[in-house]
Amino acid sequence: MAREQHDYDDIPGTFVFDQDRSRQGFGINMFCMSLMKDENRKAFKANEAEYLKKFNLTPAQTDAILKRDYNRMLELGGNIYFTAKLGATDGHSFRHLAAVMTGSSQDDYANMMLAGGRSVEGNRSKSGKVAKPAKKPANKSAKKPAKAKAKTRSKSRSKRG
Amino acid sequence: MARIIAGVSSSHVPAIGAAIDNKQTEEPYWKRVFSGFEKSKEWMAQAKPDVVILIYNDHASAFSVEMVPTFALGCAAEFPPADEGWGPRPVPVVKGHPQLAAHIAQSVILDEFDITVVNKMEVDHGLTVPMNLLFGSPKEWPCPVIPVAVNVVLYPPPTGHRCFMLGRAIRKAVESYPEDLRVVVFGTGGMSHQISGPRAGLINSKFDKAFLDNLSKNPKKLTRMPHIEYMREAGAEGIEMVMWLVMRGALPEKVDEVYRFYTVPASNTAVGHIILEPHHRAMKKAAGKAKKPAGKIKRAAAQAKAAVRRSR
Repeated sequence: MAREQHDYDDIPGTFVFDQDRSRQGFGINMFCMSLMKDENRKAFKANEAEYLKKFNLTPAQTDAILKRDYNRMLELGGNIYFTAKLGATDGHSFRHLAAVMTGSSQDDYANMMLAGGRSVEGNRSKSGKVAKPAKKPANKSAKKPAKAKAKTRSKSRSKRG
Repeated sequence: MARIIAGVSSSHVPAIGAAIDNKQTEEPYWKRVFSGFEKSKEWMAQAKPDVVILIYNDHASAFSVEMVPTFALGCAAEFPPADEGWGPRPVPVVKGHPQLAAHIAQSVILDEFDITVVNKMEVDHGLTVPMNLLFGSPKEWPCPVIPVAVNVVLYPPPTGHRCFMLGRAIRKAVESYPEDLRVVVFGTGGMSHQISGPRAGLINSKFDKAFLDNLSKNPKKLTRMPHIEYMREAGAEGIEMVMWLVMRGALPEKVDEVYRFYTVPASNTAVGHIILEPHHRAMKKAAGKAKKPAGKIKRAAAQAKAAVRRSR
């Protein structure tokens, strides 16, 4: 069965770790969790493919792990806090993982962060349906009557749904 | 009677902990972050809470994917720092307050919050980094801490409204505890950040600042914000900010904003921090220093009252 679609699937460059991904990615995350123990890290490093057989993984998941394709791991149900443990096992900093996931160099990524991070402008929506915040920055509209606010929100929600 | 004297929110970026542990706090990059907490530490030294209730999330340390409690209350006598892959952080063991925690469990469950009781748990950077930011790096933490772990890792986390209502239930629980305790509630995590996928590195300062404004003045508005908006505007992991609403719910409707700090970045994350106190009516008139003695007198009076009550 195809993946059930959700409003957040419209966010670009984002794999939300939801219930369905959690179900599919249980093996990936349990594998990553096992790397909290030094003996397991050594066993994994000694023979990666063999070690992975201990976990309930699909061929695609095994492949993503062996290739260190971090985005694919997320897509197949891995969660970043777990996959980061694989990065640590490889001796990589989180910046390395971020660079891999964003397809940039570590320096470029670090410089982007120093310059204030990745802008949300142009990064809100794949479909282009949501090019602006769902509502104005909250402090400015704080004085509007509550009813009007509720209206705006339900409108924008129905647009997305 | 116990009471909540303030709410504190702060990011809990792991790299902040690493900077402390590796003694890099004086480096310009990190000094920018830590200097924002100097005033807060002074405030905390004055506030001298007897107990901290700390709302945070675990990051695949105490809870893996095997069990994911939405709300978990730490009722143990102590909580050792977790090994997050680099050995446990060199911070003191966190001492709990089992008696107050048990009272809170008893109270909030009957208040319809079906919280998970945890009697053995390690705590990760989500809890220890805010402790460092507000208390520095002492040999022992100055007061016991009751951890409240909220699931914000597996979607969906509890709604902002639910978090806010949990805060209210916690306040009710605290205020029905007979011992005269001064309690500070921490909400941690955030602010805007995304650390996963091709959109990693997202920061939205405009969103963050509006969030801080509303947290102070119009938290009800935030309780209505849907999850999609957090994730779209503040990053997939920015959804952690719902935890700040537990803290806000634990405070009365009107609060005084005592302090605020915001900087970008710490590692991948926007750092935000705010201190809120229940609104003092006298505060506006008696500006600045006058507040503290008044507070002290009140405190002394409250203590005296409690002493009288106890002696009866």
